[in-house]
Amino acid sequence: MDRLIQLDLGRITVRELNNYLHHELPTNLPVHVEILNPNGMHSLAVGLNVPAEIDIRGHAGYFIAGMNQKANVTVHGNVGWSVAENIMSGTVRVKGCASECAGASGHGGLLFIENDASSRCGISLKGGEIIVGGSVGHMSAFMAQAGTLVVCGDAGANLGDSLYEATIYVGGKIHSLGADAQEEPMTAADIAHVAGLLERVGIRRDAAAFKRVASKRSLYHWHADAGQEY
Amino acid sequence: MCGIVGFLAKNTDLRRSLGEFVVPMLTCMGDRGPDSAGLAVFGDPVDPVDPELRRFNLHAPDRRFDWPTFKEQFGNRLGGRIELNALENHAVLISPVEPVRFQAWLTESYPALHLLSTGRVMDVYKDEGHPAEIARRYHFSQLTGTHGVGHTRMATESAVSPAHAHPFTAGEDFCLVHNGSLSNPHNVRRKLEKRGVCFETDNDTEAACRFLEWRMSEGNSLESALQQAFVELDGFYTLLMATADQLILVRDAFACKPAVVAETADYVAISSEYRALAHLPGVKEANIFEPDPEQIYSWTA
Repeated sequence: MDRLIQLDLGRITVRELNNYLHHELPTNLPVHVEILNPNGMHSLAVGLNVPAEIDIRGHAGYFIAGMNQKANVTVHGNVGWSVAENIMSGTVRVKGCASECAGASGHGGLLFIENDASSRCGISLKGGEIIVGGSVGHMSAFMAQAGTLVVCGDAGANLGDSLYEATIYVGGKIHSLGADAQEEPMTAADIAHVAGLLERVGIRRDAAAFKRVASKRSLYHWHADAGQEY
Repeated sequence: MCGIVGFLAKNTDLRRSLGEFVVPMLTCMGDRGPDSAGLAVFGDPVDPVDPELRRFNLHAPDRRFDWPTFKEQFGNRLGGRIELNALENHAVLISPVEPVRFQAWLTESYPALHLLSTGRVMDVYKDEGHPAEIARRYHFSQLTGTHGVGHTRMATESAVSPAHAHPFTAGEDFCLVHNGSLSNPHNVRRKLEKRGVCFETDNDTEAACRFLEWRMSEGNSLESALQQAFVELDGFYTLLMATADQLILVRDAFACKPAVVAETADYVAISSEYRALAHLPGVKEANIFEPDPEQIYSWTA
C-alpha cells in the first residue's frame, strides 16, 4: 500500500514543500503525497524527478508541476498560468480549468485539463501530449514543434499559428486558424491516435468526428518573391 | 507588473466590511506592485437630495499638512457649507463649490496639493510605499461602501510618485486602474489635448482614463467608450474601472495581463491572481473565471 504523506501549505512554505519533494521523499516504496491549502500559491511541485503520486487539494497558482519528470500530479481545482511548463514525462492532471500557456514548451508526458484551458495552450510544444476536455483560448499551439494537442471543445482565434510539426485535433468549432495552419483529413492513424488518447483519460467521444490541423509548411523557408508580405 | 483588485458587495450587509475584504487582496498583490498603491471606494452620496454637494479628495505632500488653516482659507475665499475630514496627508472636503472654481483656487493658493478625485460618492487614496503600509496609513480596513477598486504598482514607464499611482480619475465618480503598458499614450494624449483635455502626469494609464472620460463627456456610455478604446489604445492592458454604480473589467485582444473573477450570490471579487481571493468567504464555491479578451464585463452595485 502507498505511504500517504500530507503537506499543509498553511504550515510550511512553498520552498519547504519543494525542498521536501526534491530531497526527502522516501525512495524505497510507492509514495502518495497530498498537498493541502494551496490557496492559489505558485510553483507547487515543480521540478519533480520521482515516480510519486501527488494530489494538490484546491485551486493552485502559476507554474504548477513545471518541468515534471516521472511524477503523476493531480490538481483538484483550477490552476493559473503555465501549468506543466516544460513537462518532460509523467502526467499532470487538472480537474478544473487552466489559465494561459498550459503545457508551454512541454517535451513529453501527458497534460490533461478536464475543463477549459485559456489562451496559448501548448505554445511552443516540443513533444508529449496535451488533452483539454473543454475549449482552448486564442493562439493555442503557437509555434508548436512536435507532440499533440487534443481539444474536445472549441478552439479560439489563430489556432496553430506558425505551426511546425505538432498535430492538433479539435472536436468542436475552430474560431480561426493562424498563419500557416491548415485543416487536413483525418486518416485512420489519426483516428486511432485520438481514440487512444481519449481512452487514456476516460473521455468517451467519437475520435473520427475530430478535425486535424497541421502545418502548411509554407513558412519554413524564406521566399524572396513573397514581397515581404509576412 | 502591477496588481489590480476589485470588490463589489451584492449583499448589502457586506458593505460594512468592504475594507476588511479588500485589504488582504491589496496586501497580497503587493508582491506584484510594491512601490505604490491606491484604492477608490464608492459609498452613499453626501446628501441624497443636493446634487451640488461633492466630495473632493486631496493629497498633501507633507503628512503634517495644516488642514485647519486650509479649511479656513477655503471658507474665506469660496464659502458655502463645508466639511473637512483629514487623516495625515489625505483629506475629504465636502462642499457645494463648482469643481472648476475649486481647481482654479487650488492651483493658485495651494499648488502642492493634489486633487485626487471629484464626485458625489467616490473617495480615492493613493500614495508611495508598500500597499500594506498604505492600507495601514489610511485605515483601509475601516472603509465601507458598495464597491471599490485598488492597485499595486511596479512602475515601468513613468516616475514613482503619489500622482503616478493608480487609481486615476477623470470627471466625476469615475476611476480606472491598469495592469499593463500602453504603446501609444502620447498619441492619445496629443489628440485629447487638442480638444482641451488637461493632463496631470506623463503616465500612460492617465491617457486611457482621460480618453474614456472624454468619450463619456461627449455622450457615450462607458461600454461604447470602451469599444472605441479597443481601437484607439495600443498595448497591453487589463483595465478595471468603477463608476458611481458599476464595476467594469476589460482585457486587451492579446489578454496577456491577468485577471481572475470570483462571483458568488454575495459579491464579485476581481484580482490579478487567485491567491488574492483565496481568503474570501465562500470563494471555493464561487463561479471563478478568467475574462475573455475584448469582452466587457460589468456589475451593478
